[in-house]
Amino acid sequence: MKRRDSLKAIGFTAVATGIFIDACKQPADKKVGNTPATPASTGDAEAGREKFEIERNKRLLSEKFFTENEMATLAILADIIIPKDDKSGSATDTKVPDFIEFMAKDMPSLQVPLRGGLRWLDVQCLNRFGNSFADATEAQRLEMVNDIAYPEDVKPGMEQGVAFFNRMRDLTASGFFTTEMGINDLGYVGNVTNVWKGVPEDIVKQYGMDQYNIV
Amino acid sequence: MGKFQIRKSSTVHDVVVIGSGAGGGMAGYVLANAGIKVLMLEAGPFFDPAKDSHQFKWPWESPRRGASTVRAFGDFDAAYGGWEIDGEPYTRKDGTQFDWFRSRMLGGKTNHWGRISLRMGPDDFKCKDGLTDDWPFTYDEIKPYYDKVDRLIGLYGTVENIPNEPDGIFMKPPKPRLPELFIRKSAAKAGVKVITGRGSVITELLDGNKDRQPCFYCGQCGRSCKVYGDFSASSCLVIPAMKSGNLEVVTNAMVREIITDKNGLATGVSYINREDMQEYQVSCKTVILGASACESARILLNSKSAAHPAGLANSSGVVGKYLHDSTGSSLGGFIPQLLDRKRFNEDGTGSIHIYSPWWLDNKKLDFPRGYHIEYGGGMRMPSYGFGGGIHRYNAKVPDRNGKTKKAGGFGASLKDDYSRFYGANVSMAGRGTALAKKENYCEIDPNVVDKYGIPVLRFNYKWADEEIKQAKHMQETFQSLLHEMGAIVTSSPHGPEDNYGLEAPGRIIHEVGTIRMGDDPKKSAVNRWCQAHDCKNLFVVDAAPFVQQGDKNATWTILALSWRTAEYVLEQRKKQNV
Repeated sequence: MKRRDSLKAIGFTAVATGIFIDACKQPADKKVGNTPATPASTGDAEAGREKFEIERNKRLLSEKFFTENEMATLAILADIIIPKDDKSGSATDTKVPDFIEFMAKDMPSLQVPLRGGLRWLDVQCLNRFGNSFADATEAQRLEMVNDIAYPEDVKPGMEQGVAFFNRMRDLTASGFFTTEMGINDLGYVGNVTNVWKGVPEDIVKQYGMDQYNIV
Repeated sequence: MGKFQIRKSSTVHDVVVIGSGAGGGMAGYVLANAGIKVLMLEAGPFFDPAKDSHQFKWPWESPRRGASTVRAFGDFDAAYGGWEIDGEPYTRKDGTQFDWFRSRMLGGKTNHWGRISLRMGPDDFKCKDGLTDDWPFTYDEIKPYYDKVDRLIGLYGTVENIPNEPDGIFMKPPKPRLPELFIRKSAAKAGVKVITGRGSVITELLDGNKDRQPCFYCGQCGRSCKVYGDFSASSCLVIPAMKSGNLEVVTNAMVREIITDKNGLATGVSYINREDMQEYQVSCKTVILGASACESARILLNSKSAAHPAGLANSSGVVGKYLHDSTGSSLGGFIPQLLDRKRFNEDGTGSIHIYSPWWLDNKKLDFPRGYHIEYGGGMRMPSYGFGGGIHRYNAKVPDRNGKTKKAGGFGASLKDDYSRFYGANVSMAGRGTALAKKENYCEIDPNVVDKYGIPVLRFNYKWADEEIKQAKHMQETFQSLLHEMGAIVTSSPHGPEDNYGLEAPGRIIHEVGTIRMGDDPKKSAVNRWCQAHDCKNLFVVDAAPFVQQGDKNATWTILALSWRTAEYVLEQRKKQNV
């Protein structure tokens, strides 16, 4: 039933109350009293989403935050953090830089630390190697990353780089392990209908937990 | 100049129910099935888990991979709304804190809750320490309604015969997950009682109900369930009640006030439609208020008239007072023995598999009352934040070859670490009794309105020493449990500087007590039937009438109370009293 029909069904009639307000105070884009009754649950691809969420996602996806150079650096860093191995592909195989780009728009508090961190890295590389991080050689990049990848073993002056790299490591892991490739890499086998019968017997035994495997 | 209109309905409804969550949903269900014509006003949009749930979506189906930027409990969580809603502010007084979670949608917060379904016990209704007021009835009086709720809605659990943790009518429960086996073992050593969880997830067919299917163990109750395998007020109460033909729902109806006549009786409800921004008024013989504890208090306080100058049902002045949430504090870590664990589907149910009911004697403790512990862990579906902060713990154990390594890192060995640590995590969270106090309250902010022009709530809530000591005890218990299982703590440490991790009031979303019940109209707003002392055709069916909450989550008691109140309304209608 449409909302207006339902209003009719419960017996609505408009009653002027004699109260007048300035029409200018109504939102200009709103046709008052003429809003179509569209329930949130339409059963389409965007069911279960509020209108503002859908609009927000669309807007964020249409905007661009990082420059091409920044994106290139993010890609190099992401693949240093999660490279291809014999089990699965690399961070860029799962489009981690695009994910980080989205998150920077979704969580604006990430913008300054990421943009500033990338610039910090480039300035460090420029001083050391005469090149930006992206233009440095592979050996130079690794030398740089080695200086910022180990938070409990930090040379003076490298602290900000460590904070940036910690953030990059976390974002890269989030981006990679939330894709099909990452989930297969981990071996997560849920998200399907099944019957939970408890921990498999051989595993209960492996950990010597028989006496606790009760309800 | 435009004409400002209020659309008034000429129909006089038998009953108008405000709110469609556990309280409003249950009242609407009972009344509609008894043949009463019910009009239900819901502030949010329609929501049917069968169509609107995000169940079975993969993290990559969200551009933020399930992060909580927009929805407080993640992008796939069922709850619309949250701690902050655009255009609907609330304020706080004198530097105190209260965070108010609102879920504006059919079914309200029951669409996403943890389904942890605990009965309050005899000592929760009549306390033994004399520190708080008693409820006007005993556990035995409410027990038949808990039983009815168990049969109608269904829950799993085990019969344990614990005096203040009453058993229900249980379906077969799920067995523990692997980290939960470690918890059971360590708890036995630490002297902490652990029993099987109690969750309103049906693990068997429910007698006489063809609309709901048993749980298929995806572990995603927080997203709401497409086959209605768990309890949401939308799927289990309101939608079935609509099928009776006696219950009509008006969505996006944000209630402004309850209207009374010169004798002080309720005659109708006025609301604004959130979509068309028009004003409406409906008439009725009886109003049942179930908008959530704080929203219901707000509506009453905003319903001022000559007959009710301090707000409706508030001649006692208690409306808004005695606000209390559960206490909450948590700790997490990982179990080194579980590194490189064998993979299997460990999703289980979306409610708890095990928990610790309160197990200690307060005579030996420096704080009153107690808490229960909820446990988590295992190989769950990854989402935003997966592996976060690994540099804080990946060097706490030797690598695959038994060698020590440096924390953090990158490359193949780091990638391997994510996999090694996967599913080795364990977490525990205490949920405890906070004492109901007059000094903790919500009231109308004299200076602020929301975008609908409705005056907003202002909160004043402070934790007291006993609640901080309780959180301290929680942390000590968690530390000893983690120690006994050889786990390594990964959460930030809690201490006196952060009140031992005690969450701000409101964060546990168990807020109750704002329209308290009692036999004395000078000290309470509603009587033992949740009927307003000052307005006999007004009833309150959410958690607002709670006198004092135990450490048990509120929902099961809301459902039982609401059913009882709805039956009382039916009786009173027969006697033509309302």
